[in-house]
Amino acid sequence: MCLGIPGEIISIDEASDLRTAKVRFGGATRDAHLNLVPDAQVGDYVIVHVGFALSKVDTDEAGNVFEMLRTLGGP
Amino acid sequence: MRYLDEYRDGDASRKLLDAIAAAATRPWTVMEVCGSQTHSFLKYGIDQMLPSEVTLIHGPGCPVCVTPAEIIDQAIALAERPDVTLVSYGDMLRVPGTAKDLLSVKAEGGDVRMVYSSLDALKLAREHPDRKVVFFAIGFETTAPANAMAVVVAEREGIDNFFMLTSHVLVPPALEAIASSPENRVQGFLAPGHVCTVTGYVDYERLAGKYRTPMVVSGFEPLDLLQATYMLVRQLEEGRCEVENQYARSVKREGNEQARALMESVFEVVDHGWRGIGVIPRSGLRLKGRYARFDAGRVFDIAATTPRQAESVCIAGLVLQGIRKPVDCPAFGIDCTPEHCLGAPMVSSEGACAAYYHYARQGAPR
Repeated sequence: MCLGIPGEIISIDEASDLRTAKVRFGGATRDAHLNLVPDAQVGDYVIVHVGFALSKVDTDEAGNVFEMLRTLGGP
Repeated sequence: MRYLDEYRDGDASRKLLDAIAAAATRPWTVMEVCGSQTHSFLKYGIDQMLPSEVTLIHGPGCPVCVTPAEIIDQAIALAERPDVTLVSYGDMLRVPGTAKDLLSVKAEGGDVRMVYSSLDALKLAREHPDRKVVFFAIGFETTAPANAMAVVVAEREGIDNFFMLTSHVLVPPALEAIASSPENRVQGFLAPGHVCTVTGYVDYERLAGKYRTPMVVSGFEPLDLLQATYMLVRQLEEGRCEVENQYARSVKREGNEQARALMESVFEVVDHGWRGIGVIPRSGLRLKGRYARFDAGRVFDIAATTPRQAESVCIAGLVLQGIRKPVDCPAFGIDCTPEHCLGAPMVSSEGACAAYYHYARQGAPR
């Protein structure tokens, strides 16, 4: 139910009421509303849940698990 | 897919498993709160690869599972009306009410439809002005903003044939109910990443301090769950009771301000019943008075007409509280399967029973 999928913003219809965007998830492109992530722009990744983007993926934070792995002596 | 595939790496997973094994010197019991996390743990076999010191308890984070039978009966009563189109997220259609489920009503000729988004339900109302379109709005804080948005748009556009039957629940009061229960065995929580994406985790900090229980806000992929489990075990071993954020690529401490503001402008906090658990104070949301004309519970005459629940061997309530495992149920996999279920956790794509059934945990590993 709380499924959220990361997708890339392809285009944004800024004139639309809810900032509706085309968002690409792997091979599939779907409409998603960006009114809850007003600073998201084309090229950003957003986490989409039931048709609404709830967050913009923070690219700086996305690597923290790999940094931890390095401190554990990982690759 | 970017931001999914890299968190499913096998070598990295094994390194984190080794790190957890090295960190855990004593037995620890931890609860993953969200049903999606339960499914990931079982789907990837992580539950069987964790060291024996770490015991997982599956939490109540499945909104379909905790929607009270009384509210499903109300949805069924509405769906049976000739003037109503009942619209819902897919999982809800097969969850048993007291006597039957929504899919049976559809089979009997009721106008029952499935949508992916609340705005699709609103679209149906716009396209069918002669029908009373009732959206069965359930979910946790993750889903509440989207459902709130449908009401805001309905009001703005003056759509007067759109209604919502709500069963919205909140995670922190449920965690408090678990942590304060005399039967509680949970020593640390993996907090739900998408709920916290909306709400942030300030409330969780209060609970971690009050109940001396560490928490880690966790994502949903194997590396997320393993890193979060490692962080939680470290806190337990070191005697810390903080809230740490593993899922920082999506979650900020304050959450999503726009989403929270939207939720708070449309809904108010009320006491709410949880199926199998009972009423938890201030654990639910209902539409504020300003939006009462969209509230199916207030507009339609569907007050409690529910007969007593029939006797059942189903132990869904105990499973949802983490007291028993799905395989402890005498009906598991025999009288209760995803096709013909006795309890909601076997139906929902997030239910613990469904996870055990799909990923073949006949003999519980732990």
